[in-house]
Amino acid sequence: MNRVVITGLGAVTPVGNDVKTFWESLKSGVCGIDTITKFEQGEEYKVKIAAEVKGFDVTRYMKSAEAKRLDLFTQYAVAAAEQAVESSGIRGAVEPERFGVYVGSGIGGMNTFETQHARMLERGPRGVSPFFIPMLISNMASGVIAMRYDAEGPSLPVVTACATSTNAVGEAFHAIKHGYADAILAGGAEASITPISVAGFTSCMALSQNPDPKSACRPFDKRRDGFVMGEGAAILMLEELEHARARGAEIIAEIVGYGNTNDAYHMTAPHPEAKGAAQAIKLALAEAGYTGEDLVYVNAHGTSTPLNDKAETAALKRAFGERAKDLLISSTKSMTGHMLGATGAAEAMATALALREGVLPPTIGYGEPDPECDLYYIPNQAETRPVTLGISTSLGFGGHNACVALRPYRA
Amino acid sequence: MVFEKVRKILADYKEIDESAIELTSTLEDLEFDSLDTVEVMMSIEEEFDVQLEADENIKTVEDLVKLIEANIQ
Repeated sequence: MNRVVITGLGAVTPVGNDVKTFWESLKSGVCGIDTITKFEQGEEYKVKIAAEVKGFDVTRYMKSAEAKRLDLFTQYAVAAAEQAVESSGIRGAVEPERFGVYVGSGIGGMNTFETQHARMLERGPRGVSPFFIPMLISNMASGVIAMRYDAEGPSLPVVTACATSTNAVGEAFHAIKHGYADAILAGGAEASITPISVAGFTSCMALSQNPDPKSACRPFDKRRDGFVMGEGAAILMLEELEHARARGAEIIAEIVGYGNTNDAYHMTAPHPEAKGAAQAIKLALAEAGYTGEDLVYVNAHGTSTPLNDKAETAALKRAFGERAKDLLISSTKSMTGHMLGATGAAEAMATALALREGVLPPTIGYGEPDPECDLYYIPNQAETRPVTLGISTSLGFGGHNACVALRPYRA
Repeated sequence: MVFEKVRKILADYKEIDESAIELTSTLEDLEFDSLDTVEVMMSIEEEFDVQLEADENIKTVEDLVKLIEANIQ
């Protein structure tokens, strides 16, 4: 069985459009949430805030004529992939047939959908662009990345809502572990802060209606009232250890476990006893060889919805038993907002960097403890702790539960 | 006249200089794939107020100009 390591990272996020800025922001508690600028809200929108990507310049990564052919979620994905490929130094050092792409999206090209639907209403069916379908479909980020880097090996753009890119990273980990590829770009991308998405998430009562951007997302705090939409892309270069060593690659962390389950309970609500989420965590811990001796960092899904944070706390207790009280937990969504299909990979990245540096990013905005969320959530300030195992959990609409486990790299 | 307008539409679409486009240029030379061709024909239809059918025989800018001219009448 192969060992699987992370050798490159790429990120376009609400708190930074490169990995260094992203990580510095997380450690210093920068909140990326603000008033929505992408469209006019008017008085009818109850939700007026989001965690938008700021100052993204696509022409750093491609010509603008090429960018017109790609939905924004794919543009973000290409930018993150370029950063991951560049930082890994893998270009020219991997066989195309052994190089894969597992980059998903929770929703896909929602901007494209809205624009083209409006065109059809205005001009009829002949007015619909030939790019409508190729820009819309949520697998296109993987397709475009594969073309760009000649990645002819396994290709699997996962779609599991908010668990998308944790599943992508986990499936890529297993593919390399079992010998199906030498390297895989794994992650997710999302760009759905659009009029109809915000309206839809508001209608399903998922979003915070707190008008103050700096306190709207406060995971595990008693006053939390919903999640805040985010966007962006996060992509990790996963690589088989010997392949990475043979080319002298810098190794950031090791992936050691993955769990994947479903609640089989409700379309949008988590199972109140969190059995499925707990099982995903247990599977990842078992594969990671967790014994109870580890000092564990948990990058929680922690969306700041009343139900999620309560259920996730229950899941951690169910999975870790007595040791749950020793966990060092944070939700970096308090800073990035909920990047939906991109969130799992962004959080796996934060977990990898936390393990490498021994610095754990905080849960910002945390003030009032909730008796139903009674674990330790690293409030407001980063902590320096010698953690030996990190897990990142993601729980998605559709009942999806995914968890990846990482360790600091030791030869 | 048709050529000048078509040249501008094609150049704007690909964000290239108009001087790079001649009557004899093929769409392939100008890096128009099948999707680009259909998309740019929509802009042409609007500009000339005609309805065009995308067709594999349209290979050069001249083919495109002739098709438009045949539809303008």
